[in-house]
Amino acid sequence: MTTTAAPTIRPTITATPLRCRNCGAERAAAPVSICEQCLGPFEPVYDPNRTLPDARIIAGRGPSLWRYKEWLPFQGEPVYSRDSGFTPLVETPALARRLGVARAWVKNDTVSHPSLSFKDRVVAAAINAAAAFGLDTIGCASTGNLANAVASHAARAGLTAWIFIPDDLELGKVLGTAIYGPKLVRVRGTYDDVNRLCAQVADRFGWGLVNVNLRSYYGEGSKTVAYEIAEQLGWRLPSAVVAPMAGGSLVSKLFKGFGDFLDAGLVSGRAPRLYGAQGDGCAPIVRLVERGSGNIVPEVPHTIARSLAIGNPADGGIASTVIRETGGWGAAVSDAEIVDAIQVLARDTGIFAETAGCVTVAGALALARSGRLRSDDEVVLCITGHGLKTLEAVSGSLPEAPVISPRLREVAALVEKAAQ
Amino acid sequence: MAITLNLPSVLAAHAGGARTIETKGRTLGEAVADVAARFPALGPRLQDKDGKPYPFVVFYINDEDVRFRGGFEAPIQDGDEVTVIPAIAGG
Repeated sequence: MTTTAAPTIRPTITATPLRCRNCGAERAAAPVSICEQCLGPFEPVYDPNRTLPDARIIAGRGPSLWRYKEWLPFQGEPVYSRDSGFTPLVETPALARRLGVARAWVKNDTVSHPSLSFKDRVVAAAINAAAAFGLDTIGCASTGNLANAVASHAARAGLTAWIFIPDDLELGKVLGTAIYGPKLVRVRGTYDDVNRLCAQVADRFGWGLVNVNLRSYYGEGSKTVAYEIAEQLGWRLPSAVVAPMAGGSLVSKLFKGFGDFLDAGLVSGRAPRLYGAQGDGCAPIVRLVERGSGNIVPEVPHTIARSLAIGNPADGGIASTVIRETGGWGAAVSDAEIVDAIQVLARDTGIFAETAGCVTVAGALALARSGRLRSDDEVVLCITGHGLKTLEAVSGSLPEAPVISPRLREVAALVEKAAQ
Repeated sequence: MAITLNLPSVLAAHAGGARTIETKGRTLGEAVADVAARFPALGPRLQDKDGKPYPFVVFYINDEDVRFRGGFEAPIQDGDEVTVIPAIAGG
């Protein structure tokens, strides 16, 4: 049995205090995500009188998510993962035409550094919280991308990582975690089973599980997607954003992030309409959006978008609320639509995204068909993970390449056939 | 043999530091009500004033989410193990 009672890291960073979103109780910074009084979620408290940078100062900083450090829950400089974030925002006229909107962009987190998904953002925040608390062991419950990110960030930081995943994840997700040498544990059951186990693990062993007891700090990393979109559009906001939903955190943090920049006067106008997409075999948040009130009804997931296969989403309620408050909506898409969307995105933009990322594309296409998007819309699609992680999803749907002898006439025959 | 209720550390403080409590009842709701009667500080954190579950506090009977088994109406028997997990983690 391993425990981490003794801090081994000398912190040069401190974490902000916490406040309960439910009852307002406050407490000092700690690796605790649940209010002792009401069991509501803790959120970091930011000093309303802190000095905020203007656009010129931010633009002069390095190309990472730490260029927005005043909106991240720390004082001092980050200890680890100083180079994550600031991924490209790619305009795509071809997708805009498909969607029937004025302009469309892809927020391309398939090239996120170092683990090729947007989870690098949240882990960059969480691992610095671990540094602030002197924890030498981090971990997570994961559907794959978070496992890749925690293993990678922990390896380069020299921390021990305990990572728990469902036993049936895609090979790319498993190997893409194991390569970094973490303590990787495959759990028989769904992500929700893994998640429940990790709540007990964090309670028992005192490790910093990034999406359990470090969750209050971890989640703030997702806000940087919104900050980057605003800056990369030239300090303005799009009219609509489409994002994939698993636990529901990204959508709620996008809302918070756009709100932060509106409050700071860095952008003007109104927050974008937020749209959330899920696979129809696991769409508890979309169904809550459609019902309009009540609580999440948990589901047993059946979708190829395993990164999104969370049947009991922790932030589903708040995600549903912000979607409806901004005038957005939800879209649940089939496995076939997801596979088609992977090819659409690749051929329209040159970007190869995983199943979860292309739930966004399939969802946007479904929203366009149902009239939810407008002809004057400027839409950003959040593409959250790289396609090489989920090769299984498309391997059977692509034509087999012809095999030829190294003879020019065989190439000529193919060229002639292609021209027909 | 009784029913065992496992508490997270965040709730154990409201039960005199106990991480496990023995309880009884024919349904989960009855078992929770039994605990709530004996631990007044813990009770309001397990159920609302109408005796209903909160959406952010999840109960598992023998590792199965009770929301798939009827919530507080789920039948329960001696030897069962109930685990309480605040539904904050995940994603």
